[in-house]
Amino acid sequence: MSAADEIEIPTGACHMCLAIPGKVIEVAADDPTSALVDVVGMRRRVNLGLLEDDRPVPGDWVLIHVGFAMSKISEADALDQMRTLEILGECEAAVQEVRGLGLEEIEEKQAP
Amino acid sequence: MKYVDEFRDPELITKAAEEVRRLADPNRHYRLMEVCGGHTHAIYRFGLKDVLPANIELIHGPGCPVCVLPMGRIDDALSIATDSNVIFAAFGDMMRVPGTHGSPLEHKARGMDVRIVYSPTDAIKLAKMNPQKHVMFFAIGFETTAPSTALTLQRAKAEGLHNFSVFCNHVTIIPAIRAILDSPDMRLDGFIGPGHVSTVIGCRPYEWIARNERKPIVVCGFEPLDLLQSIVMLLTQLKKGEAEVENQYKRVVPWEGNRAALRAMAEIFELRPYFEWRGLGFISQSALRIREPYAEWDAEQRFNVPGIRVTDPKAAQCGEVLKGVLKPAQCKLFGRECTPENPVGALMVSSEGSCAAYYNYEHRKAALVTSLS
Repeated sequence: MSAADEIEIPTGACHMCLAIPGKVIEVAADDPTSALVDVVGMRRRVNLGLLEDDRPVPGDWVLIHVGFAMSKISEADALDQMRTLEILGECEAAVQEVRGLGLEEIEEKQAP
Repeated sequence: MKYVDEFRDPELITKAAEEVRRLADPNRHYRLMEVCGGHTHAIYRFGLKDVLPANIELIHGPGCPVCVLPMGRIDDALSIATDSNVIFAAFGDMMRVPGTHGSPLEHKARGMDVRIVYSPTDAIKLAKMNPQKHVMFFAIGFETTAPSTALTLQRAKAEGLHNFSVFCNHVTIIPAIRAILDSPDMRLDGFIGPGHVSTVIGCRPYEWIARNERKPIVVCGFEPLDLLQSIVMLLTQLKKGEAEVENQYKRVVPWEGNRAALRAMAEIFELRPYFEWRGLGFISQSALRIREPYAEWDAEQRFNVPGIRVTDPKAAQCGEVLKGVLKPAQCKLFGRECTPENPVGALMVSSEGSCAAYYNYEHRKAALVTSLS
């Protein structure tokens, strides 16, 4: 619980309003609303429940708000969105958001 | 600072800026409201004002959920969490927002169990990890985050999670726009429509603005080029005397919105008869509460809520700033008693609040000016 006990206040943009692009890696076999998503070079579970009318498949890009995929977007738009986050100085905020509380199992890997 | 040469296409930016100057009638003063706090943040961050002609004035709208939340709601939620059995879970954005007796962070320093979560589902995990405690998630946001709270509540019910509840502060954007248009001291020429909210609600809910109020509205993305293109679209409509809803952010926003998200919201939430907005007062049918079948997971139904009302300090002019009647720096407290480090009003708390954005960025004259002139 150490991560949760010491509070680090995220800086920069309003987190709840951030839209972070991610690439769907794998949809859970036992739960179609749960996917492993590659987000800013890390992998975390993202909820796909709000896209049930148009379910993303591995390889699709999505925009994520507070841990939920909200829309499907093209790869080009996803990369643009990353650049926007960067220019807005929100990359750090996005990384914090993806790391979350340490409640998720995050796989970090080399950024592409 | 990173500016124009790192944008996707600096040439397109320059062209759009020229187009804005070409379309803007020098004999006219334009007042355009960007509804969304994310746009306010982006406008300051990009130094966009310096690219626009002086007769185009951007008015910062009510679309920052932290900024419009009355202090009494924070007091109410914190009063529930004074019970040592309760864990207060909220987004990091809420941690420094002042309540009457301090922010959630200050309450934590005094011993309250306060946790930051990044997703409402994290709050569910906290509840599972702390079965002997009750986790109350402080839900906040417009239609961008309300569907996530809705799915989280569905899951809590489906899993029979009994030590979890939501203190719901979700608000809806349309009544706020209506309140602003109804306000007698307000004169606007058009709206830069919110991007992410529109991902959920789509573009149809704005049609009355065009049809009844005869104001153009353009749903807009968050890149500098998006903002400039949206201003071009607004000016084009104004020039022709038209008032339409247009979607500049088609790459993300479908005209019909996200039906699955709307369904989830409709199942879980109903409209409150009225709700208080900081700076705007009470607005009817402008906020969401949790429906009866989910009462067990509604902190307001489950706990005793004092229903605290706090008026903003008289000297603070948050309401006027929020409605765009005053610029942030015209408030008597701006930069003196009220700073991002020691915010008096909520517009100074969130980085998307117009006062904090103005404070943080206005002094930095963006390189945009030099590179474009």
